[in-house]
Amino acid sequence: MFTLAWGIAMAEADVALKALDEKEMLRLYHEMILIRRLEEEAAHLYQQGKIGGFLHLYIGQEAVASGLLSVRRPEDRVFTAYRDHGVAIASGIEAKFVMAELMGKATGASKGKGGSMHLADVDLNFWGGYAIVGSHMPLAAGMAMADKYRGDPGVTICMFGDGATNIGYFHESLNLSMVWDLPVLWVCENNQYGMGTSVERASAVEEMRQKAEGYEMPNSRVNGMNVLEVRRAAEETLSYIRENGTPYFLEVVTYRFQGHSMGDPERYRESDEVDQWREDDPIGMFRTHLVDTGVFSAEELSKEEELVDREIEQAVEFAESSPNPPPEALFEDIHAEE
Amino acid sequence: MAEITMREAISQALWEEMERDERVFVMGEEVGLWGGTYAVTRGFYDHFGAERVRDTPIAEGVIVGAANGAAMAGLRPVAELMTINFAFLAMDQIVNGSAKLRAMFGGQFTIPIVIRTVGGGGRQLGATHSQTPDAVFAHFPGLTVIAPGTPYDAKGLLKAAIRSEDPVMFIENATMYQTKGEVPEGDYVEPIGVSKVQRKGSDVTIVTYSKGLQLSLQAADQLAADGVEVQIIDLRCLRPLDLGPAIESLKRTNRAVIVEEGWRSYGVGAEVASRLYEQAFDYLDAPVKRVAQVEVPLPYNRELEQMALPQVGDIVRAVQEVL
Repeated sequence: MFTLAWGIAMAEADVALKALDEKEMLRLYHEMILIRRLEEEAAHLYQQGKIGGFLHLYIGQEAVASGLLSVRRPEDRVFTAYRDHGVAIASGIEAKFVMAELMGKATGASKGKGGSMHLADVDLNFWGGYAIVGSHMPLAAGMAMADKYRGDPGVTICMFGDGATNIGYFHESLNLSMVWDLPVLWVCENNQYGMGTSVERASAVEEMRQKAEGYEMPNSRVNGMNVLEVRRAAEETLSYIRENGTPYFLEVVTYRFQGHSMGDPERYRESDEVDQWREDDPIGMFRTHLVDTGVFSAEELSKEEELVDREIEQAVEFAESSPNPPPEALFEDIHAEE
Repeated sequence: MAEITMREAISQALWEEMERDERVFVMGEEVGLWGGTYAVTRGFYDHFGAERVRDTPIAEGVIVGAANGAAMAGLRPVAELMTINFAFLAMDQIVNGSAKLRAMFGGQFTIPIVIRTVGGGGRQLGATHSQTPDAVFAHFPGLTVIAPGTPYDAKGLLKAAIRSEDPVMFIENATMYQTKGEVPEGDYVEPIGVSKVQRKGSDVTIVTYSKGLQLSLQAADQLAADGVEVQIIDLRCLRPLDLGPAIESLKRTNRAVIVEEGWRSYGVGAEVASRLYEQAFDYLDAPVKRVAQVEVPLPYNRELEQMALPQVGDIVRAVQEVL
């Protein structure tokens, strides 16, 4: 066992993580940096009033989306909750389409109709961010059922927070996925808080994976601050589902460094706690790992960061110069048939 | 044409659509082995098998939610909610899911789900099992709400609903499964969002739907004996709402009565009356009358329950009052 900075005990991972080729290592690093820079930029734009609504930042949790989705196949479907920017990027949506959606532009991922919480690109099999807690879990079960019904090979990957494990949808969906033998990877991103209420104040059990036990669903828990460990867990669990055609529950222990959403006064946690978790910053740890193991030099990684900076600049430029949806869009895309 | 019951008409529509299109399947509580609690899917399980006639746990949220997901993935689920009273447990999936997800994601996918459910009072089931909250569902843009009043329309409209790319709530009435009517054998489709003249007359226009239609037809017979001829417009569909034929009729009769089984306040009658005032005020010679349910939770006792539900006599009186 080892202990994360804030005292959560985790099973020790094998030291010899499956060797990744350098290209994939760099891609992972690039992607996590991209998610973080995009959100830092989004926070600025929000403060300038260029982004409306709610903005929930994923900062601190990047290793979860990047590790998990780095091994998915194109036929695997992805669902997540409202903290969806990172998942959108890791699903393959270009930063500029995310940024344009945040600004409500016609060129946005959801044509400016969804906003921060409702990004999707179904051509990439990313079926969206959902802001009613737990409500996408039945959708994921239904999609997996459809794949099974047609004999299609995909696995549905459904991500949700620790908060969602206390709502009815969670239990109805886990149960149905076992009763119907559905190929779903249920991924609980346990970032310790449902809004401002900590896990221990909201959940009867300490580990979210314990709730899967009640449905006799195989489950495990992984350190979500380490992208390589998340990636390996995803590989193992996805191959389990592909072999058995039945669901699996993966709890990923992580932490959000920012508030629940912009403007959260964070009265519910001490800054010491945040600081301690920051010591396990998934990007910083991965950078150190890459440099220490000699995969890349610090200079090479800095160059990659500069590439990301330009990508973000271009994304903002694209979003700012994109048009708003035209007035007639108000009535479009509601019905498929007139 | 053969005369069959509402139950048989709905069952035929489902059966024929499942034969026609492999993407169509039914799911819900007791739809399979039991054969449906109103026997609509009797025989389906043996014929179509467990994959296409899917018994579910008693869990309405995931019934509609999983059906939404399957529909987004390109199947054509017919999700059955045993009664509309249980639909409240699935309200989030209906109003935040079926009705909105296509629009919210910029039209990236369709949700061709049909939610079949059953409302209506008068069977002494107590307050939580006897509601007619059709208007509640008709409130939400994005959702199509159909409530047929005859076996002919039930079959033709259910087929249309299943073939529609858009989400449809298909509301039946529990006291009408034995109602008989002429229904053609084989395939036909009725248009969604088009109301229909179910009886011709020139004295008063009755606008109604579902159980209200059956009650209004009986009232019309009684009124005809006294020489009063009513024209009955059957809405058939609450959203989209077609008042064209009602307004056409009103231009000749200049009098209107609206009949619904649900509660009066914020109900179907409130919406229809408001639109008649907005669009046909100059043709009205008398205030529009509404016949609706007395505003109480329905009691178990038979006499009390019937006091609260709209009756044929209430419709006759309302027509006489606007004359």
